[in-house]
Amino acid sequence: MSKQGVVPDDFSQPFWDAASEERLVIQNCLECNRLQHPPAETCRDCGASDSFEWKPMSGRGTIYNYGVVHDCPVRLLQEDQPFNLAVIMLDDDPGIQMFSHLPGVPVDDVPVGAAVEVIFEPTANGQLVPEWRVIDD
Amino acid sequence: MTTPTAPDAMYRNDEGLGIWEHRGKVAAFGIGHGPTSRRWDGRPETCVGAITIQALRKAIADAGVAPEQIDGLVVVPVTTTGAFWEEGKPLPMDVIESFNQTDDPLDGVAKLSAEWLLANMPELTNVQFTMYGPGCMSNALNVAAQAVGDGLTHTCLVVKSWHNFEGRYYQSGANVEDALPGTAAITRLWGGPASYGTALQFAEYCRKYGKTHEMMAPFMENSRRNGLMFPEGYWAQHRPEELGREDYLAARWIAKPANLFDNDIPIMMSGAYLFSTAERAADMKQKPVYILNHASSNARPRSLTPTLDEVEAETARTARKIYEGAGITADDLSFENMYDGFSLFHQFHLEGLGYRGIKFGEALDFYQTDISIEGPNPVSPSGGNVGSGRSRVWMHTDCIQQLQGRAGARQVTGVEPEVAVSGGPMPLGGNFTVWSASPD
Repeated sequence: MSKQGVVPDDFSQPFWDAASEERLVIQNCLECNRLQHPPAETCRDCGASDSFEWKPMSGRGTIYNYGVVHDCPVRLLQEDQPFNLAVIMLDDDPGIQMFSHLPGVPVDDVPVGAAVEVIFEPTANGQLVPEWRVIDD
Repeated sequence: MTTPTAPDAMYRNDEGLGIWEHRGKVAAFGIGHGPTSRRWDGRPETCVGAITIQALRKAIADAGVAPEQIDGLVVVPVTTTGAFWEEGKPLPMDVIESFNQTDDPLDGVAKLSAEWLLANMPELTNVQFTMYGPGCMSNALNVAAQAVGDGLTHTCLVVKSWHNFEGRYYQSGANVEDALPGTAAITRLWGGPASYGTALQFAEYCRKYGKTHEMMAPFMENSRRNGLMFPEGYWAQHRPEELGREDYLAARWIAKPANLFDNDIPIMMSGAYLFSTAERAADMKQKPVYILNHASSNARPRSLTPTLDEVEAETARTARKIYEGAGITADDLSFENMYDGFSLFHQFHLEGLGYRGIKFGEALDFYQTDISIEGPNPVSPSGGNVGSGRSRVWMHTDCIQQLQGRAGARQVTGVEPEVAVSGGPMPLGGNFTVWSASPD
């Protein structure tokens, strides 16, 4: 699927730099040692700011939930409708979610609870973005 | 006069606050609505500012007060349904110049300030207090109730309006660009429509409790039926079409399991109320509807989208706050008017409230019973957004009208209308009001 391109900004640069190297990192608060995603300027748990690291993740997770998008507001994705849009829970912290189009999984035939691993796919401008694929038994 | 945004302290966000200090001492008296339309047609007399003025003047007349008696105005400044005035698009100068202007040329067209309203309602000569309750009418009601109770204003108007322009919902701005800024891209590259998050929660709910999307049909039929008896609403005014089970289930998907009718239709509209102190009841044309409490939910999900566990924990917590501050229990509710846009989360509100004793996972079974306005267990007698279009206002209007005994064809007959609750929008993040026919 052709996702919109990405123009990293100062705040998100480490996330996208890691993705370009096919590594998944998630923001971690150094004060309370808690992951948070989406990343933010302030820790939503302890309120600390300017005290973060981008922590490497294992790249393993589970399909927690999904919907099927038939009417997408994003122009570049409309030609691929309908498509799966799943929520992945990370093995490193099952409270942390990431979205996935689940490449290779038939539409509306999503194995909720299945194990997945991160892969990286290029967006419209070539920036690699984390995606997820089901791990075969 | 510069209008401030309501401080956090005006909202009742926490458990353990006890009975609301102004319980039964603030009341709603007047109601006013502007005309609805699907989209703005570009004329001055139909712009969001113009229909807001109509709604406010109707609320004033409905309450039977003189305009100069009004000393407060609470406004929701954001009016978009998801439609924005595109950058670079020529301004509608004929419209702008039809009104007294503020510094922002889109004021009254794509947003609404208290200053714009006062500049265009010269009869409001005594407004000393203005405040913004950002978000939706539910926020503004909480702010107005607290302001009247605190003595910041004595006779206060509260208004929420919506504009809707040509074009498809949210299909503009960043969504039509070839690239996104990096921070936004971390969450937005995947293209979920607005109802996607609710669809996810509903999917999880169905898996956990063994329910199906089909089980929503009675709720949808009932809501549209009630909406068609709401003469102020969009469907009643423009498309008096029933929504049958087959129509609902045959509708195209937006974000499966959310279909077209699970997504409320964006419209132009304005709703306004007049609040005052309960002691002024003798001076008013309409019977007072007393406010027993207001409560808020400011919870946020741990990550991208709320899980069902997070939803259920928060709706239960919200209900405890609602009941605690009002000094009531679920058994005291004559009916409920919780938010329904998107329809697939109405059951979360119901279950959190424990309406008619239902527990988590039971609301869709409850929908298969008599939930009509004629029965003993009315569900959403307003018809909500499903029944009258996106406003987040109908539920409040209906509570007031029902308790005043002037809901017309929609009047509940299976229960005595004594106490009701309305509010929303989301299971995580909303504002709620408890209404009563008596102050005690």
